Amino acid sequence: MSSSLATVAYLGAAILFILSLGGLSNPETSRRGNLYGVIGMTLAVLATIFGPRVAAAGVPWIIGALVIGGSIGLYAAKTVKMTQMPELVALMHSLVGLAACLVGFASYVDTSIQYTGAEKAIHEVEIYVGILIGAVTFSGSLIAFGKLNGKIGGKPLLLPARHWLNLIALLVVIWFGGEFVRAESVADGMTPLIIMTVLALLFGIHMVMAIGGADMPVVVSMLNSYSGWAAAATGFMLGNDLLIVTGALVGSSGAILSYIMCNAMNRNFISVIAGGFGGGAPAAPKADGAAAEPQGEVVPVAAAETAELLRDAKSVIIVPGYGMAVAQAQHTVNEIVKTLREKGVTVRFGIHPVAGRMPGHMNVLLAEAKVPYDIVLEMDEINDDFPDTDVAMVIGANDIVNPAAQDDPTSPIAGMPVLEVWKARTSIVMKRSMASGYAGVDNPLFYKDNNRMLFGDAKKMLDEVLVALKG
Amino acid sequence: MTSGASTDTAAATPQRIGIPREIFPGEKRVATVPDVVTKLAKLGFGVVVEAGAGEQADLSDDAYREAGASIAGSAAELWASADIVFKVRPPTTDEVALMRPGQTLIGFVWPAQNPDLMQQLAAQKVTVLAIDCLPRTLSRAQKMDALTSMAGVSGYRAVVEAANAFGRFFNGQITAAGKVPPAKVFIAGAGVAGLAAIGAAASLGAIVRANDTRAEVADQVVSLGGEFVKVDYEEEGSGGGGYAKVMSEGFQAAQREMYAQQAREVDIIITTALIPGKPAPKLITAEMVKSMKPGSVIVDMAAEQGGNCELTEPGKAVVKHGVTIVGYTDLASRMARQSSTLYGTNLFRLTEELCKTKDGVINVNMGDDAIRGLTVIKDGEITWPAPPLAPAAPKPAAKPAAAAAEKKGGHGHGSSGPLPAKTLAIVFGLGALAFWAIGTYAPAAFLGHFTVFVLACFIGYMVVWNVTPALHTPLMSVTNAISSIIVIGALVQILPPEAGTNGRPDGLIHWMAFAGIVLTAINMFGGFAVTRRMLDMFRK
Repeated sequence: MSSSLATVAYLGAAILFILSLGGLSNPETSRRGNLYGVIGMTLAVLATIFGPRVAAAGVPWIIGALVIGGSIGLYAAKTVKMTQMPELVALMHSLVGLAACLVGFASYVDTSIQYTGAEKAIHEVEIYVGILIGAVTFSGSLIAFGKLNGKIGGKPLLLPARHWLNLIALLVVIWFGGEFVRAESVADGMTPLIIMTVLALLFGIHMVMAIGGADMPVVVSMLNSYSGWAAAATGFMLGNDLLIVTGALVGSSGAILSYIMCNAMNRNFISVIAGGFGGGAPAAPKADGAAAEPQGEVVPVAAAETAELLRDAKSVIIVPGYGMAVAQAQHTVNEIVKTLREKGVTVRFGIHPVAGRMPGHMNVLLAEAKVPYDIVLEMDEINDDFPDTDVAMVIGANDIVNPAAQDDPTSPIAGMPVLEVWKARTSIVMKRSMASGYAGVDNPLFYKDNNRMLFGDAKKMLDEVLVALKG
Repeated sequence: MTSGASTDTAAATPQRIGIPREIFPGEKRVATVPDVVTKLAKLGFGVVVEAGAGEQADLSDDAYREAGASIAGSAAELWASADIVFKVRPPTTDEVALMRPGQTLIGFVWPAQNPDLMQQLAAQKVTVLAIDCLPRTLSRAQKMDALTSMAGVSGYRAVVEAANAFGRFFNGQITAAGKVPPAKVFIAGAGVAGLAAIGAAASLGAIVRANDTRAEVADQVVSLGGEFVKVDYEEEGSGGGGYAKVMSEGFQAAQREMYAQQAREVDIIITTALIPGKPAPKLITAEMVKSMKPGSVIVDMAAEQGGNCELTEPGKAVVKHGVTIVGYTDLASRMARQSSTLYGTNLFRLTEELCKTKDGVINVNMGDDAIRGLTVIKDGEITWPAPPLAPAAPKPAAKPAAAAAEKKGGHGHGSSGPLPAKTLAIVFGLGALAFWAIGTYAPAAFLGHFTVFVLACFIGYMVVWNVTPALHTPLMSVTNAISSIIVIGALVQILPPEAGTNGRPDGLIHWMAFAGIVLTAINMFGGFAVTRRMLDMFRK
């Protein structure tokens, strides 16, 4: 295959990737979108293997590597539970990051192609940046993976003077960048490169460790973005336009997702990345003040009463949160929805953009449980309908239904868009205890007159509700 | 049973709640029911019920006894033994005479209409909580709102009375004997009573129309199955506290016009229009009554305050111009069992508020907005009217809503409206500077790639904004799979034609590239497969 043919194949692959993302604009076309992605990838890989840059003797090695990696990947894809999706995605990001590092190092030690002057400088900057992004993505994603599957606690780890630490690390990285570009030989350049890599790894760890559990959607989508930029940087390094295009697509996709997630929490990107909650002092002391204490009483209900409320309702909106994912309650939820719909109750779902631990997490879980996607609505679509709703059932969510975000300008979550469940005739909140949510803010919803609390594990409680509904 | 003196002083001993028989003529309700007695006992109170108190509401003395109440033989005995008295109607002069200092009375009092009664009560040095003075705007107070629960019962009963007097079906039917058109019902005033009437009439199958000067209730009317009839005139009629206010002359003319038209069209009119402290507005004139079809029915729920219809005779059902005009003032009492249960529960909720310690002793806490509003006499001192509540509730609610609306624009499609010109200028300025720097220093080969990169970012931006939020997780996993395109980097390194030249460390690179391919292959295959698995789950 000639070089021009390979380039044209790359162009085709790039177009297919764009179509693949475009296909996701609605569930009907999304399956085809995924197929475009597969075709594009196959095309790109084949064009490279049979292209001018791979000698024939390398092909068996390549096939071997693809078979090993491919079978691991397929196995993981088959066995992963939908509730573990965020972990899987985070882990995969780390692989991209690591691969970018490997390619970067290999490219640096590769002496077969010689650059001079500005070209050499640019090439080395590209390597340096590529490895930097790759390393941050790698270690950051590993930590995110650990946090998401609970191996590492969800609490943000806040080192003293952490912003200064980050700043110093950045300055050191820049300084070594200068050293690296100035280095005459590969051996001379290796020391600054390795020091930078170690710093980047530490920075990735530190960055994600400082971020709390509920900010995870932002982190996961940000790392998604990074893995794209790492690919783009590798593309620059190797002078390969397909890598650049694909990297840019992935990078901007992740960036947009991060932006959407931040908007949904009314936080700015910097403060999420800077870690902890918000830029200011932690909000915890405020909750102690008597003034902030919500008034009223918490009214607990039993599963049987909940079933009765649901049965008597004409329209129900279910608001799922991370608690549903933790309890793996989505199948029971679907059973309840089916039972209610058979009884002529209108049931819909209201999904907050940051519900769960990654963008669209709830949608995937509900889809897994075979909830029809046309009754699963976004926050903006459904928020105006709460006043006409008889029962709003909140399953394992807290901050995303907190009226304080609208009513209390002093609240740490003030201004965050929330699902207005309290406007429904009755709201039922399913929760393990009265503990406050991630933001550490008390939720006045629980004290409202039209609110009922159903305490207990979501799965167990919903099972009981289902039995009561059918009985 | 005659422990009046001892309970006076001992605050710690549980107090006794007395339920007298209502002596107002025709009043069938009673201030508590056996179910509620049990709940009051749980709060630590003792309950005494006058013999025969619940008889008219089909509640026997035995039922009260089983629930844990003791029965007092006479009114005098009851008033003497109780520390707190629950009543429905305002007490009569005789009843007031039975009271003793330190006693607490809870019930309807209507202090504005009964100034003499207030003086008498104050003279007895008692504490009086008028359930009709509850600050209804407090959402916390809803559970104690007896006006609302009584109005609901009355609204329902009004429809039953109308159906009783009306000689036809409510619902339309097609029978072997011919077609019956549905009855048309018009309900004036969509307050609690009006809404209850709308619901009841609609569920009987009638065509229901309703009107209210407060435009915001239109949705509630529709939600209950009614149709909202607008007055062709712009004016807002919310008067605070959930009541309507008096409207302007122009509005009233337009309203009369609308009522006249409805009167000609409908079979049944139920009127519920009340304005606090004023006689009920005369909505239905004698002319309108004349224009109605013979056999039509008017139920005037405002009869006690003079009636919404000119021809209403309070307390009676009369036939005028062929139209039955029902002016009963005791609609709630006509469903005594139901209204007693609701009223009893309202009073129980109030008792809960008064006795947060659950030790059977009430504490009239004047610092509490709801209780302050209810308390019209405290230890013989008239505390009515209560200072108005700070109207804090509606205002802050409006602002965040507006802010939220502004924000919403940003969600669906990228930018939320055009950026301010200044910001835009800065962005373009910085961009131009960056491009200039790159153009000056970067070599040509880099620029080619750079062009591709920038354009690809823009394409990505445009494409990704179109992705539906429901598919954000598949988007992430597919972009993740696609980012394994980095495999190309490893592929071209594993064994290029240049291998072996120029001192290239082949072995090292070979294994690094091999590892790179394995890693990216995991990603590639795994990513696409898991995306496929997820997308297959999305179905209608």
